[in-house]
Amino acid sequence: MIEIENIRSIGEIEEEIVSEFTIFDEWLDKYEYLIELGKELESINESDKTDDNLIRGCQSRVWLVCRSSGGRLWFGADSDAVITKGIISLLIKVYNGQRYDDIIASDFSFIEQIGLKENLSPTRANGLLSMIKQIKAYALAYKEKEAQQ
Amino acid sequence: MLFRPKTKVCLVLLQVMKIIEQIREDFPALHQQVWGKPLIYLDNAATAQKHRKVLELQERMSSRTNANIHRALHKLSADATDLYEAGREAVRNFIGAESREEIVFTSGATAALNLIASSLVRSHLIPGDKVLVCEAEHHSNIVPWQLACETFGTSVEVLPVEESGEISMERLSKLLEADDRIRILSVSHISNVLGIINPVSEIVRIAHSKGVLVVIDGAQGVVHDKVSVKELDCDFYVFSGHKIYAPAGIGALYGRRSLLESMPPYMGGGDMVDRVSFSHTTYAPLPLKFEAGTPNFVAAACLKPALEFAAEVRDDVWVREHEKSIVSTMVHELQQIEGLKICGLPQDLSHKVPIFSIGIDGIHPSDAAQMLDKMGIAVRSGLMCAEPLVNRFSDRGLLRVSFAPYNTLSECETFISKLKLVINMLL
Repeated sequence: MIEIENIRSIGEIEEEIVSEFTIFDEWLDKYEYLIELGKELESINESDKTDDNLIRGCQSRVWLVCRSSGGRLWFGADSDAVITKGIISLLIKVYNGQRYDDIIASDFSFIEQIGLKENLSPTRANGLLSMIKQIKAYALAYKEKEAQQ
Repeated sequence: MLFRPKTKVCLVLLQVMKIIEQIREDFPALHQQVWGKPLIYLDNAATAQKHRKVLELQERMSSRTNANIHRALHKLSADATDLYEAGREAVRNFIGAESREEIVFTSGATAALNLIASSLVRSHLIPGDKVLVCEAEHHSNIVPWQLACETFGTSVEVLPVEESGEISMERLSKLLEADDRIRILSVSHISNVLGIINPVSEIVRIAHSKGVLVVIDGAQGVVHDKVSVKELDCDFYVFSGHKIYAPAGIGALYGRRSLLESMPPYMGGGDMVDRVSFSHTTYAPLPLKFEAGTPNFVAAACLKPALEFAAEVRDDVWVREHEKSIVSTMVHELQQIEGLKICGLPQDLSHKVPIFSIGIDGIHPSDAAQMLDKMGIAVRSGLMCAEPLVNRFSDRGLLRVSFAPYNTLSECETFISKLKLVINMLL
């Protein structure tokens, strides 16, 4: 696990991703990179690919698991479609180890900035928008749970 | 002057190209760019592009001849009614029905199948009876029967297709022989996934010999095959307008007159009644008995120019040749690609229409569709609203490529080369 002190802010990581993507002039290169990220993303355990963890996105399936420790959230995710998986990998990079409030306050606008906005359209049916909503829902749920304790 | 065979082939190709280019001129939607690339529209089985004459009539009726039909005595209403009924006559003529009374307008094939399922099961089946539905049907030809059967104590049985996607006449005969509670058979003329022309005449003959009524879903059938309901002798035939160059929101149902007369109305409302009182209501004669409420009269009228175009291309030998060469090119090229499977491949390619559903080992169809989209190529991916069938071939859906007469051979070749590129990137 990454040392908590080393976790950069959501904004910093987003900025880094955005600048990474500026080198791609062609959409093809961008997708090639996403595919590479998708292939490299560590799969979650088969036993975690349950219906409970499944985010229904119609065409491609996305599984999301989440655990909290020390007021921060850690995610694992998988998809049967590799481009979706590539974008998932970016989301995990940004949100892993972040505090509940920071996740709740973030606006996911970096996806738009790197020119992948169409992937987040509610009509795209790829499960990504639902995944983002689920990430926020986890943050809200854990925050409330700990407030009650 | 005598041409050598090779020269002749070239001349034929040139002739075909010229005709296809002329057809393309009449479809404004084809002349646009998507993501900065010229659009290659290969999702015609989902919806076809609209012919210029359809768009012109749509515009004229919306901006000028706009009045409700069958209701008022004023000029505009009479003109709109005439256009609406001209749409009905065009349907009658196009599918070779005997009378206008047998043509009911619905909002599409789905609504037509719901109407038939609901009214026919209610009037012609008794509890314990069965409806036989082919495995290759899309949801519109499965779920309405399930809904109707749940209500009336009847059940839905499945007619499986062979590995090639074809329906075995032997299997059908045996199934009907073994179960005399099957009263209705509902089957597609051409499956939207498999793209195989089913031998509907033979199917009707077998079913009728056992006293089974036959409903044919012609949503893809009318687009690619010539239909004469009179010759087919089927009991019902339905299709949607938007897949055959007309606007969305209109479809037609052909029903044998005696059956339509004995079936109860599906929906109640204006225009479908004769006399209304709180104690007793009588219904309008056919076909209005099944057309409650204000229909999409603009789209209905637009069926006329749409079907005129469809008949023109269907009867054109050059266009038929073109369609055949698309089929043979696609089958040949796709079969060269390692790990690719065409779902729905009959022995005899003359039964295949240019609808190709493919599965590629190790590749998710939504990834491929997304990348092709970026290249300006519109294709369908997923379950194609035919989950039971698609699940038989793949656990993550298929990629479907479907052609219309306005698609060129060069678009077909571009698709193949881009598909290869996409596969290389994704694998």
